[in-house]
Amino acid sequence: MSFLRRTLDRIEPHVSEGGKYPKLYALYEAVDTIFYSPADVNSGRNHVRDGIDLKRVMIYVWLAAMPCVIIGCYNVGLQANSVMAATGIAEVGGWRGDILAFFGIGNDPASFFDNFWLGFWYWFPIYATVFIAGAFWEILFASVRGHEINEGFFVTSILLSLIVPATLPLWQAALGISFGIVIGKEVFGGTGKNFLNPALTGRAFLYFAYPAQISGDAVWVAVDGYTGATALSLAASGGVQALTDAGFTIQQSLTGAIAGSIGETSLIAIGIGAAFLLFTKIASWRIMFGVVVGVVVMSLLFNAIGSDTNPMFGLTPQWHLVIGGLAFGIVYMATDPVSAAMTDLGRFWYGVLIGVMTVLIRVVNPAFPEGIMLAILFANIFAPLIDWFVVQANMKRRAKRYAIS
Amino acid sequence: MASEARKALFEPLFSNNPIALQILGICSALAVTTQLSVALIMCLALTSVLAFSNLSISLIRNHVPSSIRIIVQMTIIASLVIVVDQILKAYAFDVSKKLAVFVGLIITNCIVMGRAEAFAMKNGPWLSFLDGIGNGLGYSVILIIVGAVRELFGSGSLLGYQLLAPVSEGGWYLPNGLMLLSPSAFIIIGLTIWVIRSTYPEQVEEADFELQNAHNAPAHGGAR
Repeated sequence: MSFLRRTLDRIEPHVSEGGKYPKLYALYEAVDTIFYSPADVNSGRNHVRDGIDLKRVMIYVWLAAMPCVIIGCYNVGLQANSVMAATGIAEVGGWRGDILAFFGIGNDPASFFDNFWLGFWYWFPIYATVFIAGAFWEILFASVRGHEINEGFFVTSILLSLIVPATLPLWQAALGISFGIVIGKEVFGGTGKNFLNPALTGRAFLYFAYPAQISGDAVWVAVDGYTGATALSLAASGGVQALTDAGFTIQQSLTGAIAGSIGETSLIAIGIGAAFLLFTKIASWRIMFGVVVGVVVMSLLFNAIGSDTNPMFGLTPQWHLVIGGLAFGIVYMATDPVSAAMTDLGRFWYGVLIGVMTVLIRVVNPAFPEGIMLAILFANIFAPLIDWFVVQANMKRRAKRYAIS
Repeated sequence: MASEARKALFEPLFSNNPIALQILGICSALAVTTQLSVALIMCLALTSVLAFSNLSISLIRNHVPSSIRIIVQMTIIASLVIVVDQILKAYAFDVSKKLAVFVGLIITNCIVMGRAEAFAMKNGPWLSFLDGIGNGLGYSVILIIVGAVRELFGSGSLLGYQLLAPVSEGGWYLPNGLMLLSPSAFIIIGLTIWVIRSTYPEQVEEADFELQNAHNAPAHGGAR
């Protein structure tokens, strides 16, 4: 037995029932299962279909988000450094400037490392804040209820840190994750019982509570006082014409060199994550496919209808798919196995609903430039109903096959 | 005070709250609670309508043919609501404008109809009057909680007095825009119900089904 096992075994009596700190058992159990597989086995009428467990699912999603983190940090730095170079600001102010100066990192928009480290010091404080706040709530609820600590908040916190602008105040990040985890998940019984995606619930809270810090034109580039429109707000004001006039290309969306939330801009990074999630079968391809179908059909419909006053009607499907948070939402948010539909056919229709709603909100609702967040939350609510219809249809089909009337 | 009267008056406050346990009257709890002062006036209006409708209906309960009792109840409630509305227009015109249609909608408030049908038709006038006051107070408790939270965090003030200085006026508090939208009232009512049911566990509904614990029961007995 290794030293680690001995140490854990020595701690166990103290946190078990009758020990000194039974409330801390959840914490002990979480640490224990990181290093060793649990000793207890299934009982009752059930059998293991797959060796994968919740812990590994969560860690895989966390890993799948890493490309977005790296490219996201680089892009936040790139946007800030480019604007600073263009407007003649020589160095980053505040504590970030001190750290960068200490390590001798410059502000050259052409250098990958300069950009990455500047962006990293924007992303990392947000991530650390949401991780600590998320862990606090998760451990608190697990201890009080005697549940296991689930790694759901790993995923929730990294996803939330990637779907907010780099300039988000940290207290708002903490408030957002607290709302997402407590109201979006824990009040319904914890991981596995939440019907909404907790990260999106947290973002929706911030979006409605503090719209000035998470939407508009002033928040996307991490330079004080600089306002720059996102691709979506340009499209909302002038359609495809405004996008191409401003120099946006689809290639830029691929590499992610556009202003936006930290992790949502690069299609290549999201594509790597998507490939990983699909390969490990954690994300459902039916959902992703459904969303794409929904977006393409709905935007083609709007293209056909056309409008003289609303330029968004003319935005073609390929633009819809590459700008804004749609790609990130498809891969990391819509495929959340807990809040999505559970049946295979249901997953497809759930995806279609998300795609249709996203385009509908983007095009028709002038108040919200982006629709994917609200569309996914909307579809989350309908997921059980979709499943119900699929199950009912299946029962009818089988009853017909066996001629039971 | 007889124990029945005490029960009629105080039970609706927490242990049988019309909003938190029976989930009635949610509509106005969402609509009029962005400011505490407006919520207070609404509480007053609803409580007086409820008390006097209970009293009047109880007085004539033995003379109303049961086939037309709902119409009679509606007539009484509607007349009382019109009286309250006129009084508000005469003495508190500003608030009356803010309450807009919601005073008129007291007619359709489920609490008023519910108490008339469930209590006043079966009990004496005095007890019914107390029951009306009690249920009005139960409604008021929730509205005051929701109104206070929404006004404090949504505008940084209480009853119009600025407590948290907002950023727009050089202070430090960034008002929470969600609190001014109706969904926040749902969340606050939900959290209030959580607190009340933790205090009175007998209010918790039975679970529809129990999840089977796939693991062996852990030694610490944490799993139910």
